[in-house]
Amino acid sequence: MQTKSIFLLIGGALGLFVLGLLVPEWLSYLMIIAMGKGIVVLGVVLLMRAGLVSFGQGLYYCIGAYVAGTLTQFAGISDVLLILLASIAASVLVAALVGLLLCRYRGIFFAMFSMAFSMILYGLLVRSSVLGSTDGFNVLRPSLLGWVPTDDASSDLVLAVAVVMVMILGSLMWLYLRSLSGYAGEAVRENEIRVEYLGTSVFRIIYTKYLIAAALAGIGGTVTALVSGHVDPEMAYWTTSGEFVFIALMGGTSHVAAPMVGAGLFELLRTYAFAIAPYTWQMILGSTLLLIIIFLPSGLWSLVSRFSRQARG
Amino acid sequence: MSALLETRNLERSFGAVTAAVDINVSINAGEVVGVIGSNGAGKTTFINMVTGYLKPSAGEILVDGRSIVGLQPRAVVRAGVGRSFQVAQLFPELSVLDNVLVALGLSVDRKLTLLRPLHSQKRRRKALEILAEYEIAGHADEVVATLPQGVRKLLDIAMAMLSSPRLMLLDEPTSGVAIEDKFALMETVMNRVRKSNAATLFVEHDMDVVQRYADRVLAFYDGRILADGTTAKVLSDPKVQELVVGHHLDIEVDSADAYESTVVPMEVRNA
Ligand SMILES: Nc1ncnc2c1ncn2[C@@H]1O[C@H](COP(=O)(O)OP(=O)(O)OP(=O)(O)O)[C@@H](O)[C@H]1O
Ligand SMILES: [Mg+2]
Repeated sequence: MQTKSIFLLIGGALGLFVLGLLVPEWLSYLMIIAMGKGIVVLGVVLLMRAGLVSFGQGLYYCIGAYVAGTLTQFAGISDVLLILLASIAASVLVAALVGLLLCRYRGIFFAMFSMAFSMILYGLLVRSSVLGSTDGFNVLRPSLLGWVPTDDASSDLVLAVAVVMVMILGSLMWLYLRSLSGYAGEAVRENEIRVEYLGTSVFRIIYTKYLIAAALAGIGGTVTALVSGHVDPEMAYWTTSGEFVFIALMGGTSHVAAPMVGAGLFELLRTYAFAIAPYTWQMILGSTLLLIIIFLPSGLWSLVSRFSRQARG
Repeated sequence: MSALLETRNLERSFGAVTAAVDINVSINAGEVVGVIGSNGAGKTTFINMVTGYLKPSAGEILVDGRSIVGLQPRAVVRAGVGRSFQVAQLFPELSVLDNVLVALGLSVDRKLTLLRPLHSQKRRRKALEILAEYEIAGHADEVVATLPQGVRKLLDIAMAMLSSPRLMLLDEPTSGVAIEDKFALMETVMNRVRKSNAATLFVEHDMDVVQRYADRVLAFYDGRILADGTTAKVLSDPKVQELVVGHHLDIEVDSADAYESTVVPMEVRNA
């Protein structure tokens, strides 16, 4: 990567961080939640580009969140880096097992089975009273390399973690999508027979992507848990997974920034819809998605690419 | 030395339909074999079985004397057997160049690199060279979905040839191509195949094309091999003409046919 893009990245990260510090607290909270979900959706998009719709990323989102919760609450570990590593490890481990079965299926079967696995976790959590059953439990404040922030600084630390994660993971994904592995996803979506006859295992390609998507969902779950200070089984419920697909469709799949933009707008839309119409806010969300699918079938990001094309002439 | 490809009593049925039975074929390095047979005779089924796409109901398939029955297509490809498809198998939404770049990456580089860009100057140049060898470089930036049939066929074959097979199975390379373009296409393909020293088996309905390129012909009929021998011998066989070709052919069996030296040059008429 050239120096210019590195400067752009660092500049963007700083800008995002400062913005998060300046805006009112509710908006900064919303920003972090959106970044957490955006990271999850990055994985959903990765699978979509390979032709697979996962309605079960809530499984790993919830695992990442509960890892943060159990480590801070029960194990006395609060270091944010350790928590992130543990979340990634736990998500990838579960995905490595689940994926062995799941990655053999396509289309509606993949979607439904992925949902089924997340509902199994939901069922287990609801029944485990140690983990607070349906109420879940609280996540304690994180620390960083021995530094234990005060109450106020704590949310700034989470903001910084979210921004850094979005920037790092976004750039890695940007590079990944341009690599052979990235294109391999499209190749699988377009023609599995051809991929096999090129001497490559389709299963391996999909399995790898599934593991990456799981890791991303785990990280997203951790970020969300740290900012909200609470976890509950709802995070593994199928509607949560559906939300990620919703955001992916809203934002589009053509650029790594699309999930972030999609997640940001989704959270804003939901907040305002809820404030304006507390009883019918889902209807507003639904109609918005409908309009986007009809008028911008490639998602909101297609507006950006259209404008940048025009700007370049 | 064992043959490059050998099948023993290969058999395959789909429910009540027997698509292949008693298929005993042996192909040696350097051979160019034409396969003829009417629609549904079992030609594609044969290729599908040999390349691991279909599992035979019974029988053996040996490459260099080693059984490959039960292997996945990717393993058969790595064992040195490549194929092209009756309906070209491509990545329709990618450009022609990207098709080759992905194919190069998957079949030649093999390593699924995570962060190195697929599009590098070097790879691009290599891909364009390959397209030029198949005379389709002019289409490099076009999306596959908009390509004419002949270009698709050539791209399909070019992608399959990337893994440098020792035996190349071409399933109707000229189907869907206008009659006047068939020879040009075959010329391009056969040039590449000869250059790579691969043995070739090609399925073809046009007897002129078969006569022009095949040294040997396998005639399929109703899932069986009706005849196997030099091109001239098989095409002049009355049974083949009646059941496979469907009309008579004027065949000159000349002295260059080393296969069956006892056959006297003749002209066959069985109208
Ligand atoms: N997947 C399948 N399922 C059921 N029947 C099949 C299948 N594939 C082939 N067949 C049947 O097997 C027989 C041989 O088919 P095959 O495709 O091998 O013929 P072919 O010689 O390649 O014909 P064509 O010249 O039309 O390509 C046909 O009767 C066909 O209907
Ligand atoms: Mg066929």
